[in-house]
Amino acid sequence: MAKYLLLKHYRGGPAPVVDFDPIDRWTPAEIDAHVRYMNDFAAKLEAAGEWVDGQALSPEGTFVRYDGEGRPPVTDGPFAETKDLIAGWMVIDVETYERAVELAGELSAAPGPDGKPIYEWLELRPFLTAPPTVTE
Amino acid sequence: MNETLLRELIPAVTGVLVRRGADFATAEDAVQEALIRALATWPGNPPADPKGWLITVAWRKFLDTTRAESSRYAREARVAAEPLPGPNDDTADTLQLYFLCAHPSLTPASAVALTLRAVGGLTTRQIAEAYLVPEATMAQRISRAKRTVSGVRFDEPGDLATVLRVLYLVFNEGYSGEVDLADEAIRLTRQVTSMTDDEEASGLLALMLLHHARRAARTTPDGALIPLAEQDRSRWDTGLIVEGVAILQASLARDRLGEYQAQAAIAALHADAQTADETDWVQIVEWYDELDRLIGNPVVRLNRAVAVGEADGAQAGLAALKRVGPVPRRTAVEAYLRERAGDLTVAARLYRDAARAATNLAERDHLTRQAARLHDVLRQ
Repeated sequence: MAKYLLLKHYRGGPAPVVDFDPIDRWTPAEIDAHVRYMNDFAAKLEAAGEWVDGQALSPEGTFVRYDGEGRPPVTDGPFAETKDLIAGWMVIDVETYERAVELAGELSAAPGPDGKPIYEWLELRPFLTAPPTVTE
Repeated sequence: MNETLLRELIPAVTGVLVRRGADFATAEDAVQEALIRALATWPGNPPADPKGWLITVAWRKFLDTTRAESSRYAREARVAAEPLPGPNDDTADTLQLYFLCAHPSLTPASAVALTLRAVGGLTTRQIAEAYLVPEATMAQRISRAKRTVSGVRFDEPGDLATVLRVLYLVFNEGYSGEVDLADEAIRLTRQVTSMTDDEEASGLLALMLLHHARRAARTTPDGALIPLAEQDRSRWDTGLIVEGVAILQASLARDRLGEYQAQAAIAALHADAQTADETDWVQIVEWYDELDRLIGNPVVRLNRAVAVGEADGAQAGLAALKRVGPVPRRTAVEAYLRERAGDLTVAARLYRDAARAATNLAERDHLTRQAARLHDVLRQ
């Protein structure tokens, strides 16, 4: 089995395929349908024994860095124009790369306005694993 | 009684329930519940007859579960009417459980999970921890696996090759949490070897012991990989090497070679060398040729190219590498051979590329250090 991160972006990634309003302009029923789709997807993965984790992130982020001995960390942001903004992730544990692509494709079909798929780009990243014991 | 001894009883207990007429999936769940209760209560209150205790508790659980579906009377009548045919002993039952848990209809990951639970006697939580997934996910993986094999007759002839494949995966992959998967794979392979008298089962056991012998020398205290050539051989476990070599020699003497015996033979040649320089690479190349004939895959040819590089020089190794198609670690091997051939600039670039393509963290870090080491040399 191999673990993959499905990364959902608020911004970043290739240009959107479908132009649709931001989610706060959708009808409440459309938002409900979108959220339900994600929850059903997660539940289905758990039943298939392929679910590891899923988290949503607030768009409000802060950059933080070390600023030298004895000094408090420096903070910066939030940046309205940050190129890449991560909205959340799912972690799956699947038998093959092909299965990971299939699942990402399915999640990308989550419904938006008028119940139509939003064709969202998802970023698929493999986890690094533990080393195998037998290598020669 | 320690936990390992407790776990050794698990397949036999499941076998008793199945033989009394329980279906495998329900029996296995009942035994798991009995196991969890044993882990909780035995330390303070050990039973006089551990196996009898497990059978009683598991059977009661089984009856509780199935009472809703059919009356106990009807079930017991059916059980009495249809005793399972075939030899009636723990060994036969346990071996049948191995076959069922590694049934060809299961995906490798499902077979691994089911084997660790139903034969290994691990709890779902322990298995989930070893593969870094939530317990609920592992529980679902196991119950799906049980549904997949629900139509398989318990006394159906099994395929030992799939069992060995599953045990090899347990040994070779997975993190170790509370339970050491390498130890567990060795324990189970020992059991299969004792039940089957099969050369390849013995070959696999020898392979595991010979690799396990190097475990302490394989990584630094902070987890960095130490390549075979640089390992402190005084830290290899000579007891395991002696045992592995003896098992291998006995199975090779029967002249029914298979892939695990050939791999174990290669590991034994490494174990036999007091220093890396004394390694008999010529013989190792011959064993890779043998392995290539047996299973012929690109990973074997890749490792053969490394051995050719040691036996006949880096240029010969690079020539052998030309025969190897795209496969993980190919770039890392080419980097190593280029360095040996004196082409440090190319080697440094290849090490960097190989690090980027590495699928595990320890290997990535190792390759990154190799690139850094060469850059350091090139700067001088």
